Amino acid sequence: MAKRYLILADGSVYEGEGFGADKNGLGELVFNTGVVGYIETLTDPSYYGQIVMQTFPLIGNYGIIEDDFEGRCLVKGYVVREWCRTPSNFRSQYDIDEFLKKQGVPGIYGVDTRAITQHIRDKGVMNALIADQVPSSLDDIVSYRVKDAVRRASAEKVSVFPALGEKKYFVTLVDYGTKQGIIRELCQRGCEVTVVPPETTAEEILSASPDGVMLSNGPGDPAENTACIAEIRKLMGRVPVFGLCLGHQMMALATGGKTIKLKYGHRGGNQPVTDLRTGHTYITSQNHGYAVDVNGIAAGQLRYVNANDQTCEGIDYPEYCAFSVQFHPEACAGPRDTSALFDRFARMMGGKSFAAE
Amino acid sequence: MPLNKDIKKVLMIGSGPIVIGQAAEFDYAGAQACRVLKKAGVNVVLVNSNPATIMTDKALADEIYLEPLTAETVKRIIIKEKPDSMLAGLGGQTGLTLAMQLSREGFLEAHGVKLIGTNAEAIDKAEDRQMFKDTMLSIGEPVIPSDIAEDVDTALRIASEIGYPVIIRPAFTLGGTGGGVAYTPEEMRQAAQSGLDASPINQILVEKYIAGWKEIEFEVMRDGIGNVIAVCSMENVDPVGVHTGDSIVVAPALTLSNKEYQMLRSAALNIINALGIMGGCNCQFALDPYSMKYAVIEVNPRVSRSSALASKATGYPIAKVTTQIALGYTLDEIKNEITGKTCACFEPTVDYVVVKFPKWPFDKFNTARRRLGTQMKATGEVMAIAPNFEMGLLKAVRGAEIGADTLNKVPVDDRPVRERLADMDDVRIFTCFEALKSGMSVEEVTSVTRIDPWFLFRLKNLADFEKKIENSLSDEDYFRGKRLGYTDKALSRLSGRKDLPYSEAVYKMVDTCAAEFAAETPYFYSTYDSVCDSRSFKRSSKPCIMVLGSGPIRIGQGIEFDYSSVHCVWTLRELGYDVVIVNNNPETVSTDYDTADRLYFEPLTPEDVMNIIRVEKPVGVVVAFGGQTAIKLTKFLDENNIPILGTSAEGIDIAEDRARFDALLENFGIRRPSGRGVNTLEEAVQAAQELGYPVLLRPSYVIGGQNMTISRSREHTEDYMRRILAGGIENPVLVDKYMPGVELEVDVISDGDDVLIPGIMEHIERAGVHSGDSIAVYPPYNLDDRYIEKICECSKKLALALGTKGLVNIQYLIYQEELYVIEVNPRASRTVPYISKVTRVPMVDIAAQVMLGAKLKDLGCGTGLYRTPPYYAVKVPVFSFEKLSDANSILGPEMKSTGEVLGIGKTMPEALFKGLTAAGFKVPSPRSHKKPGVLISVEESDYQEIISLAKRFYDLGIALYATTGTAQAISTLGIDVISVKNAGESDDIPHLMAEGDLSYIVYTGAV
Repeated sequence: MAKRYLILADGSVYEGEGFGADKNGLGELVFNTGVVGYIETLTDPSYYGQIVMQTFPLIGNYGIIEDDFEGRCLVKGYVVREWCRTPSNFRSQYDIDEFLKKQGVPGIYGVDTRAITQHIRDKGVMNALIADQVPSSLDDIVSYRVKDAVRRASAEKVSVFPALGEKKYFVTLVDYGTKQGIIRELCQRGCEVTVVPPETTAEEILSASPDGVMLSNGPGDPAENTACIAEIRKLMGRVPVFGLCLGHQMMALATGGKTIKLKYGHRGGNQPVTDLRTGHTYITSQNHGYAVDVNGIAAGQLRYVNANDQTCEGIDYPEYCAFSVQFHPEACAGPRDTSALFDRFARMMGGKSFAAE
Repeated sequence: MPLNKDIKKVLMIGSGPIVIGQAAEFDYAGAQACRVLKKAGVNVVLVNSNPATIMTDKALADEIYLEPLTAETVKRIIIKEKPDSMLAGLGGQTGLTLAMQLSREGFLEAHGVKLIGTNAEAIDKAEDRQMFKDTMLSIGEPVIPSDIAEDVDTALRIASEIGYPVIIRPAFTLGGTGGGVAYTPEEMRQAAQSGLDASPINQILVEKYIAGWKEIEFEVMRDGIGNVIAVCSMENVDPVGVHTGDSIVVAPALTLSNKEYQMLRSAALNIINALGIMGGCNCQFALDPYSMKYAVIEVNPRVSRSSALASKATGYPIAKVTTQIALGYTLDEIKNEITGKTCACFEPTVDYVVVKFPKWPFDKFNTARRRLGTQMKATGEVMAIAPNFEMGLLKAVRGAEIGADTLNKVPVDDRPVRERLADMDDVRIFTCFEALKSGMSVEEVTSVTRIDPWFLFRLKNLADFEKKIENSLSDEDYFRGKRLGYTDKALSRLSGRKDLPYSEAVYKMVDTCAAEFAAETPYFYSTYDSVCDSRSFKRSSKPCIMVLGSGPIRIGQGIEFDYSSVHCVWTLRELGYDVVIVNNNPETVSTDYDTADRLYFEPLTPEDVMNIIRVEKPVGVVVAFGGQTAIKLTKFLDENNIPILGTSAEGIDIAEDRARFDALLENFGIRRPSGRGVNTLEEAVQAAQELGYPVLLRPSYVIGGQNMTISRSREHTEDYMRRILAGGIENPVLVDKYMPGVELEVDVISDGDDVLIPGIMEHIERAGVHSGDSIAVYPPYNLDDRYIEKICECSKKLALALGTKGLVNIQYLIYQEELYVIEVNPRASRTVPYISKVTRVPMVDIAAQVMLGAKLKDLGCGTGLYRTPPYYAVKVPVFSFEKLSDANSILGPEMKSTGEVLGIGKTMPEALFKGLTAAGFKVPSPRSHKKPGVLISVEESDYQEIISLAKRFYDLGIALYATTGTAQAISTLGIDVISVKNAGESDDIPHLMAEGDLSYIVYTGAV
């Protein structure tokens, strides 16, 4: 295999070997700490525009299982220490190298991923390039920006997913780059889910009289999506709303809150989140670089905080019959400990008083 | 919930002696727990019969009872100490069973003692087979079809209902004692009976045997308000069927997809919520490799061997957090000490792979069945940390001290490899490697072994590499080899290339979070990479000393050496040094990340140790406390000009080298049993003949009397030599005259000018039984002052002559009124913790100070023989024979015990009684209805001696039985004796034993 380089915006260069697609990859370099779940990570549209690095050194052990895809693969590059040429799992279809080639994603392996993680942890998230040669100038790397992320990661057309079992609710899911897991969780709870593109207006959504609106996860800086935020503002209070990740951030922005960019984000399956109402702490799956500023919440009540760094993890909006969380109760990859939040949403749609939750 | 203020005085129950299935991990857990309790201002009362533990140090508890772990003793302690609470989940199965017994009897309630941590109801739900099954069914967790039997007929009926093969699991036993697999009703009859016998409540579980499923474990925690976390997942390389203690285990699980992983993780959390666990808990699952089907195998509602492994594998201190939870804290209130920033209510994530490799005692028991199954046979284990499985495995293998630094191992017999692959034994991983290297495909090997192809492909990767470098090793190959985990020595040997390039090892930190947060804890492992976390680690300006640990727990080198290593570290830290410890045993206190200033979790081999020395640049290395594992490195370190603290390499060599040592003794006119070193079979036979049989045969430089034997004939000598020479010898075999006298043992501290002898021990067994297997009495119970003086004088001479600075252990023999030296060990010995505790002389602390130049006369314990206390302390060995079928249980010069207990009493009989009780002997009570009986069967040469013993038994009103010849000899005294036929001639003896007529057997002779 050919030598390949990972070049960071600050000029650090790591030499490794190439796999996956034979091309350059430019993006924002982030790390994910999950031990399992690389398939879900690679197919999570929230990683749009990013080069993903796995801190766990052995990636690809169980191969690629298409049933486990969460969406389209939108990562710009993939960094691992070692990838497995001989995967072993009864569901495995092909290896990760083949997957990256099919998706046109360049990969680099054989680098000291721990050292790079420490570098990002200390210096903050930065852009990087995966290339066969070290470029003479860093300008292109430094000037890279994730743009139009939501548009690129989301659906262009409306699609409908039937409820599993008896149909109880009709949910409109606004797709900013949704993971399939959200749709799955809703369908399992008797929801018929209509996935609509991000540009869909509040009027259009409400005209279909849904029992509830779900705002999905998605990539990029939440504040860029001014049009979406304006529509969310119109939705809130008129229908039960549940926002996840990007959806959660935009709900905060829609109600006058602020978001901030974290130094290196939360990406992995072991983030502790405390429910301030019950004192209970849950282990959650997360993938986000931005967060709602705890000090800048203008409406609603702070309900969940990260037990490690006290950042905002969820807000209740009793006045709007809405709530939102930063983490991923749909898991995939990651723990399923908070999936009960979808039940809460269902109960809200069923007309149960918000205050009781 | 903050600290529960009602908890003021806690009774902690330890796990007692080290036996197979219950080793040093409970000292690690218990010591952590004691520290947490003390720190919380709680009064700690500790009971543990095992003196060789850190937890029984006076600094760790307010009141320590080195007493037998029986319900009777614990009750008395409760009455005397009046604790308000009891913590049982950290004392292994022993502690848990004891607590449950007291709880069930209502004793705890009657005396106002609350069981803190997981409560009795939850323990019952997890431990009682039926309740467990019912609970699992009620929460929808699948279990393997099974039923409970309390007699053999029921067991047979159940087995035919669920279909063979079935597995038998006795209730309430540790390490799966008495378990087994049955494929036919015939096998079932026997397996069921031994299972019923092993269970203290005569109950077994008969279960469908699901061979070939993956065995996955989760270490999980729950607090009082229901917060739950999964600390670590683990995967057994061997599929279900081999006890997890006997499996090669990796952490985290490596072959599970997210879906499978989350399914089992959720199940584990579901289970501990349903059971209401408070603290750490271990859940074992079987997972079908071809579907999403799984089943719960077992739940241990306590801290266990797996939790010690998980703690060391992730850095998450399970025992500590379990104790904090018992005190009332919730997980989110507890800080993660590794990062110092995050809270304990999170799940560790790792950026490396951990490989655990068991250490089996088969080298000690060459007749024992090496087949592995549901009954654990390993005495200890090593753990290795690496960025990939290959390096982890190679590190583990070379750290296990089994004479291997690669996976190439000489086969146990000459059957074709294909046939040997089917053996589920201790060398299976080597056999798999051999098969793959010889060209068998991964598919073929999987179909026989059912080991997941993922692991086999890793082995194949190593095999392919080795084949590639067979004839030439390029620089690139070399660097690849280093990243696969090979030592330079191995690469050189495999390729024939001598002038290797140099690749520098770097050290990465274990930080619970895969570098997401900056960690503060100095816990390192080696790898071949660009960036070194250790070199950039902030150090104090203090000089650094490196202490070498003792590796895996094995017969002959147990927890005693960890005790000494830890004390050495503590003393050196107090003296103002930055102390680095190197060890690879996950079960111990020494590998707790806060024992030393920096911990390197690495194999104790020359290359691995030297790489650490390059980073740490210590002013000296301590080899004296890590048993033979550390001592073995002396020569190498000395040759590389690394300063050795304490006794010099020269002094150590004199003690270990036969010829040099003999010359020294000659000089001082000290006698030793005559003997010589030999290199060939002929020399051995001749030497034995000249010395006169019986003779003692043993290799030099060994521990625990490994391969030591008493030979009574030329035939035996030849057999022995053939066996030893077949393995190849580096040092001569020693042939000594065997003298069956009284054996004595001393541990001496010397500063080069003076000596301090904390105490002299006298063995009850005559010389010839290994000192580790002997009952040792302190102070000597029938030794007159003349000998005591002589021993002191002789010990001083020897210690000074060897240039000892620190500890030296000397074994003596008195035979026909003459004193002989048998053996000198220039290091801390097995008896150091025992003597430290009973004399209250902090031996390791003093020895460590002396090593650094302090003088004994300034240290407050005086010189010469330390004062004798007004009580007796008896050390009684504990064996694990019930775990090792077909092992020869007759004692001899090769050590066989796995642990020891202490009995302390005002008189020798009282101390001995307590010691024997603690060791599990049921001394028949004079109040019992049945008249106790003794069977005597001795060799003709012993008739003379046995008659007076028989008379004393007779006078005590004990029924005497004897084999024909012995009976005749005894009856000459006019004593009533019942003559029975020899074991080989009739079933008399087994029959008497089955009837319970025999309480003791007195036996000498061949075995």
